[in-house]
Amino acid sequence: MNASTAIRNGWQKVFGTGARSERPPPGDASHGTILYLEDITVSFDGFRALDKLTLYIDAGELRCIIGPNGAGKTTMMDVITGKTRPDAGSAWFGQTTDLLTLTEPEIAQAGIGRKFQKPTVFEQHTVYENLELAAAGEKSIWTTLFRPLTPEQRDLLDSVLETIHLKDLQGMRAGALSHGQKQWLEIGMLLMQSPRLLLVDEPVAGMTPQEVERTAELLVSLAGKHSVVVVEHDMDFVRSIARRVTVLHEGRVLTEGTIDEVQNDRRVMEVYLGE
Amino acid sequence: MTKENTWIVCMRTVIVTVLYALAMLRAADALAADAAADDTFSQTVATLASTNFKVKERAVEALAQQRHPNTRAVLSALLDGTLYFRKSDQQVFIAEAKEDGLALTDPLTLQAAGSAPASELTRITTNNQLRKQIKGVLASFALTDPNAEVRLAAVREMMRSLDRESAEILRQRIEEESNDAVRRAMRSAVALADLDSSDVEVRLAAIETLRDDLSPEVFNRLSALLERNADGEYVEPDEKVRAAALAAVNSIKSWRNFYASIETLFFGLSLGSVLVLAAIGLAITFGVMGVINMAHGELIMLGAYTTYVIQQAMPSYIEASVLIAIPMAFLVSGSVGVLIERGIVRFLYGRPLETLLATFGVSLVLQQVVRDLFTANNRPVETPSWMAGSLQINEALSLTYNRLYVVVFMLAVFALLVIVLKRTRLGLQVRAVSMNRSMAKAMGVRTEWVDALTFGLGSGIAGVAGVALSQLTNVGPNLGQSYIIDSFMVVVFGGVGNLWGTLIGGMSLGVVNQMLEPHAGAVLAKIFVLIALILFIQRRPRGLFPQKGRAAEA
Amino acid sequence: MNTQSLPSLLFGDRGTKVFFGVLLAALVLVPILHLAVPADSGLHLSGYTMTLLGKYMTYALLAIAVDLVWGYCGILSLGHAAFFALGGYAMGMYLMRQIGPRGVYGHPVLPDFMVFLNWTELPWFWHGFDMFWFAALMVVIVPGALAFVFGWLAFRSRVTGVYLSIITQALTYALMLAFFRNDMGFGGNNGLTDFKEILGFDINAPGTRVALFIASGIALALGYLACAYITRSRAGRVIQAVRDAESRARFLGYRIESYKLWVFTFSAVLAGIAGALYVPQVGIINPSEFQPINSIEVVIWVAVGGRGTLYGAVAGAVLVNYAKTYFTAALPEFWLYALGALFVIVTLFMPRGVVGLADRFAKKEPQVAEAVTA
Repeated sequence: MNASTAIRNGWQKVFGTGARSERPPPGDASHGTILYLEDITVSFDGFRALDKLTLYIDAGELRCIIGPNGAGKTTMMDVITGKTRPDAGSAWFGQTTDLLTLTEPEIAQAGIGRKFQKPTVFEQHTVYENLELAAAGEKSIWTTLFRPLTPEQRDLLDSVLETIHLKDLQGMRAGALSHGQKQWLEIGMLLMQSPRLLLVDEPVAGMTPQEVERTAELLVSLAGKHSVVVVEHDMDFVRSIARRVTVLHEGRVLTEGTIDEVQNDRRVMEVYLGE
Repeated sequence: MTKENTWIVCMRTVIVTVLYALAMLRAADALAADAAADDTFSQTVATLASTNFKVKERAVEALAQQRHPNTRAVLSALLDGTLYFRKSDQQVFIAEAKEDGLALTDPLTLQAAGSAPASELTRITTNNQLRKQIKGVLASFALTDPNAEVRLAAVREMMRSLDRESAEILRQRIEEESNDAVRRAMRSAVALADLDSSDVEVRLAAIETLRDDLSPEVFNRLSALLERNADGEYVEPDEKVRAAALAAVNSIKSWRNFYASIETLFFGLSLGSVLVLAAIGLAITFGVMGVINMAHGELIMLGAYTTYVIQQAMPSYIEASVLIAIPMAFLVSGSVGVLIERGIVRFLYGRPLETLLATFGVSLVLQQVVRDLFTANNRPVETPSWMAGSLQINEALSLTYNRLYVVVFMLAVFALLVIVLKRTRLGLQVRAVSMNRSMAKAMGVRTEWVDALTFGLGSGIAGVAGVALSQLTNVGPNLGQSYIIDSFMVVVFGGVGNLWGTLIGGMSLGVVNQMLEPHAGAVLAKIFVLIALILFIQRRPRGLFPQKGRAAEA
Repeated sequence: MNTQSLPSLLFGDRGTKVFFGVLLAALVLVPILHLAVPADSGLHLSGYTMTLLGKYMTYALLAIAVDLVWGYCGILSLGHAAFFALGGYAMGMYLMRQIGPRGVYGHPVLPDFMVFLNWTELPWFWHGFDMFWFAALMVVIVPGALAFVFGWLAFRSRVTGVYLSIITQALTYALMLAFFRNDMGFGGNNGLTDFKEILGFDINAPGTRVALFIASGIALALGYLACAYITRSRAGRVIQAVRDAESRARFLGYRIESYKLWVFTFSAVLAGIAGALYVPQVGIINPSEFQPINSIEVVIWVAVGGRGTLYGAVAGAVLVNYAKTYFTAALPEFWLYALGALFVIVTLFMPRGVVGLADRFAKKEPQVAEAVTA
């Protein structure tokens, strides 16, 4: 690489202009699979959080991932979103996008959205501003400094406000919302990103039964158009939404199948109930 | 008697014993002469006033045998022509010419004995024979001294103004000399004299002997052999000898360079020790607890002022003051630290930037308190005599004691701290709280108490560092400010939360700084190190020895 | 929500309205009271007071710059005094060159201190500073470039929080040591002083001083407007999102590092401009401006006023500096106690500063971000 390209690349990195159009569109799932994780290994100080994990997610699928504490669920999410780099293995988003070469914002821009275990909304911002921040589209400084949201983005924002039932509270500081409302707002932010793949970490923790029900409906309705991966402990909730369930244990896939197959699997019972 | 009192008394006993032993070593050559010896000495000195050189020679002979402590002074005076006798009573004096006559010194007491007009006194004259005899006596006198250091100094002195006679004396004494260092010096001196020999083989042998001597006299003398005189001819006519001399000069040069770099390394290690001492308390409060304490420098300053106050309070115990100051400074800075923690820091846990600002405010207040109590001027802190001087390794290398003690002291403090953290119950609780506060709390650890004590420990160590700094630098209200940035850089460079990282980080920064200094100057060296550190931290934000695993994610 | 008209910026909220009202009044009244009212009148404003107010305005601009990075973006920079001083030195170099042959040694080109050091030639980096436009450019470029390079390295490596604070402080300290050196060619210990004229006008003439006062006021107003625009734009909300939950913002697809770098650089430029206006008014710039304590003092102005509001930063700068002027004259020993106590009290009890107190007093729901944990 000569100096001028180095400078240009650095410039693009810093100001985020021009780089995106040169890349092929991310997440090409023409073979029906949106996410490929193969032989992913992550160690912390000798402890293997992920041990040759291999997992495929189909396009449009709604997949539930369960497993006891320390099974590696959160670490797996961290690898997919670029927060943690694995020691070995490969991670592809569709056919063409190698996730291990991208940074966190690049992965997010490529179409992978994540909802954290602990709801993290921007508490000092209003509900509206939170959704605005999440809106898909150009996110360079130039744009955010001088351009308002496009009409399409604003329409989407309005419809998301409806979907997450926070239309009346759009001017409220997000920090003042209830726990369940924050969970919803975060899902709303995920929708604003219109990602191809949604990673949802414990979406119904702390929700009332009605809210849980509505969340289940929402997630089911999202599947098909988006691919959704849900990590959840609440087995009733998993039963209500899942078609396929993957069980993680000690950093590997223990078994995979429908909720009934999984619940009747002897190994799964051992893992959850002890020897 | 309370426990503390007993402890202080014990401490004091230990200190006094140690100091006494030191004093004995230093005063080994000060032997009191008894009255009888004084009498004989005085009588013999009186006979020097004779005009007969034979009598004088016998007197010198007698003086040499009596070995009175003042013999050297008298004979030196005789040799220098400053020995007189009074015409009126033939009494002998050492005299020094002043504007209004002669200032007299009594040879027996070496005390001033008034003055007299020059006309009342006659100089005791010497001839060549006598001077030669005196020189020999003086030399052998020093060379037979029971103290090897005195003998070594005598040889070195003779080397500086070498003549054939002294070389002969040395040659004779080599075999009887028991001390290796002295014998080596004697060989060098003899060899230096041999360089003037007309025999090529002797000169070659002399060069062979001299190549192991690093003293400047030898180096200059050998270098001189390689020079040309005004006529363009070599000072040393023989080519073989010149080649040998060149090889020897080069060898000496490289050894001197080697020792010079060892000295730089030593300076670097002692500077590094200062950095580590200053930073190590911070490694506890910042590294283990994650608290940014901008008043850390002022806690160091308080330790230094504690030393000053103790010296003022007990001026007759200067020798022990530093040792007493160590626990006192720990208590003073430690309690101020606990006050800061209880009063301010504990309300700001988890808000590091606010902690930074609040503790910076504390640092301003502490500076002003010190200014109001002790004025803004630097305070003089005395250095105990056992910390002065230096350890002479060889001609090219000597290590000053205060730097040496700082290295040792730092290692002791470090070791103690590691033991406290690894082996005591407090250390276990500190580590537990720093890893998982809520879990530690659930296990029954009184986290508040541990926080206060940990902060107190880190602050107390800052105070102890202040005691060490009081011996090396000016003690003033700005003392702390000049160390705070360095301290933080050392901790971050070494890797936060890692005591060993602080040790290695501080030491290597000290060495690098010292290595740069001769090339760039002190200020520029410091600037380079700072910039290098800034760049390093940007490359590896977690320092040399980062914490690994999930704990580091938080 | 993003297209902001000038009126909406000027009269966006009560604090801003008050700020522009006071500033306008000052810019009109102070010159009149100084120039038009006779000196023996009780209403006359002395040149000293006007220069003091002008100095406060440059401090206020510096405070806004710090508020932008710290109050809005959560980056606690302890290096802004350095950017301020660099801007000041750039202006100082221009003013030195303007002295020309009127120096003590009367050298046509070399400033006095260089003659004193037996230098025979102007160092390369002093060339061009005889032209105002070049110096003005350097006022912007030097602090901006330093901030850009430093920030690029730091933010790219994700140096955050107190680590960043510490290395910005170390940078300032290194610069101070460097500028203290005579060999650096910036006048060493004594710095740059004894200025004669600026743009051909006598720097001590009342008219020039009024012009400098007005220029400071205009720079403050423009700086305020620019920052108000930024903080109310979408980019402003991104910046605040970075402050509150950096990694969350990253997962939304924002290049956090670019935003931080941009804000940091812009803020450094503002600080440099403030420094450039400061120097001709106080008549001297020396390395003590780089002292680490100066940077931290700016942070405390902002904290006292109320971080996260621009008018709070201005109010804090003026209040603390007025107190400093008063105390250092009346009770010099007391000032450090007061300043130290201010640090503690503000962080412990007034997380939103004077503005927060005023809001609470008015029993109003706070409009802007409250206590921020970074």
